[in-house]
Amino acid sequence: MKKNLICVSCPLGCPIEVEIENGEVISVTGNTCKRGDAYARAEITNPVRSLTTSVKVENGVHPVVPVKSSGPVPKDKMFECMSVINSATIKAPVKIGDVVIENILGLGVDIVATNFDAGI
Amino acid sequence: MLNYDLVVVGGGPAGMAAALKAKEEGVEKIVILERAETLGGILEQCIHTGFGLHYFGEELSGPEYAGRFIELVEKTDIDVFTDTMVLNVSDDNVVTAVNNNDGLMQFKAIAVVLAMGCRERPRGALSIAGSRPAGIMTAGTAQKYVNIDGYMPGKKVVILGSGDIGLIMARRMTLEGAEVKVVCELMPYSGGLTRNIVQCLDDFGIPLRLSCTVVKTHGKDRLEGVTIARVDEKLQPIPGTEEYIECDTLLLSVGLIPENELSKDVGVELDRVTSGPVVDEYRETLKPGIFACGNVLQVHDLVDYVTEESQIAGKGAADYIFGKKKGGTFINTKGVDGVRYIVPQRVNIEGDENLKLYFRVGQVYMGAKVVVECDGEVLSSRKKVKLAPGEMENVVITAEMLKKMNENSEITVRIEE
Ligand SMILES: Cc1cc2nc3c(=O)[nH]c(=O)nc-3n(C[C@H](O)[C@H](O)[C@H](O)COP(=O)(O)OP(=O)(O)OC[C@H]3O[C@@H](n4cnc5c(N)ncnc54)[C@H](O)[C@@H]3O)c2cc1C
Ligand code: SF4
Repeated sequence: MKKNLICVSCPLGCPIEVEIENGEVISVTGNTCKRGDAYARAEITNPVRSLTTSVKVENGVHPVVPVKSSGPVPKDKMFECMSVINSATIKAPVKIGDVVIENILGLGVDIVATNFDAGI
Repeated sequence: MLNYDLVVVGGGPAGMAAALKAKEEGVEKIVILERAETLGGILEQCIHTGFGLHYFGEELSGPEYAGRFIELVEKTDIDVFTDTMVLNVSDDNVVTAVNNNDGLMQFKAIAVVLAMGCRERPRGALSIAGSRPAGIMTAGTAQKYVNIDGYMPGKKVVILGSGDIGLIMARRMTLEGAEVKVVCELMPYSGGLTRNIVQCLDDFGIPLRLSCTVVKTHGKDRLEGVTIARVDEKLQPIPGTEEYIECDTLLLSVGLIPENELSKDVGVELDRVTSGPVVDEYRETLKPGIFACGNVLQVHDLVDYVTEESQIAGKGAADYIFGKKKGGTFINTKGVDGVRYIVPQRVNIEGDENLKLYFRVGQVYMGAKVVVECDGEVLSSRKKVKLAPGEMENVVITAEMLKKMNENSEITVRIEE
């Protein structure tokens, strides 16, 4: 069985063809780099995405600070992660790379700040 | 009057990269003038990842990408004026700006880099019937509300236009609990990156309707719904295909326009297709000493290319300041047969370095060839799996190729199916 995918690992968006037999990936073609290969294999077995959103901040210059997952999270856990993040509040000052939520949902991935907020 | 070697107008990724490159090249007195409260430009509100893969080899969010350059700028002696609006650039390179602390200021420069970015096409540019209820805004405005002000502008959303900002906002608002009902695109193809269709729409089951538009908005004070309809090949709504969709928010993602009011005032010649200045390979406009880069020159979808282009402009400005910028013999580049435009529009055939011509196509092509020609001779021909209007392409012109050209030559890039 052949499956056509678009690699979302970078903005180039290479069209990739995966050959699958008995649920196993036989070949991956069309990718420009090895990240495309890894993406295609994961997409067949366990699709993951990186998550970016924002978290409420107390005493901040702005009411929210942007955050991202330190690594990809399973696609079907995105909304669960969102509700954990949306119920959290952090305190300014915040800097890029600060861990906001450690090991979210036990997925082995942290939620980290992606911008500064010096606070007021 | 304040004297500088280089004045950079706009402190987004373009302005910062140009200033840093000029500094690296040895330019002493440099100032960046930015009307917002911080450097970073539009990236501050683009909190999704996907920036920097080419340039830094890692996937960063917009603020992180900008943050790297802000840090670099802070480490240099480049002067930065934020909250400072540039009002005018004069013929003799005097830049007039204003802010609350210093009032009106004049900067005399040897070279000027224009890096004002672009803005979104507003609703006025579209003709949709209906009154103007609250709840209709550009996708970029919604992006600012959600990502900077922490406020959700609506719960049931329709998006008109499939530009990247619209696609990114479809996902963003869905994650925040809104229901994005449909993305309507007038053209038969999407204006956004394919990866954004996959990870922002397909992932969440949001339908993308091509050849479809919003013909009417409903609601008096607050938007209550929109009527959408299919369009024919002439982009006219087809009677009988109308469909009512209930929604409280309509996001417009119908294109970006380079912000060139200042360029026009100083008499820089603009390209009719890009709406940005006509430049040579050093990104110098037809006004000597005035350079342009980033979204003010051509709308980019990848900030990495903005950085690359702006470094070229920064180097060009440095060479100009040091009197090293060579004169030369300039010929035109021209996009034909499916190639909508080319930047740079002019190329110096006496140049001794390889250079890249950036272009966009007017429609989607599968398996077509990109052919570069000069004086009837094919310089290069490369097959591409896919070419799409949403993705900027480039071809390389080598120094070898330039050597064979003369002042009457013209370089053309075309698509061969
Ligand atoms: C709303 C919006 C959202 C975007 N989202 C994305 C995205 O999600 N992903 C992506 O890859 N690309 C996105 N882009 C494209 C993005 O703009 C470019 O990738 C990149 O940021 C362009 O850099 P720039 O420096 O040319 O422009 P900008 O980042 O726009 O910077 C221009 C700067 O010039 C300043 N300026 C303008 N006029 C003046 C003046 N008269 N005086 C002083 N300062 C002035 C502005 O305040 C601004 O800070 C978006 C563009 C817009 C308009
Ligand atoms: S295969 Fe590599 S180059 Fe192609 S989209 Fe994926 S990450 Fe980008």
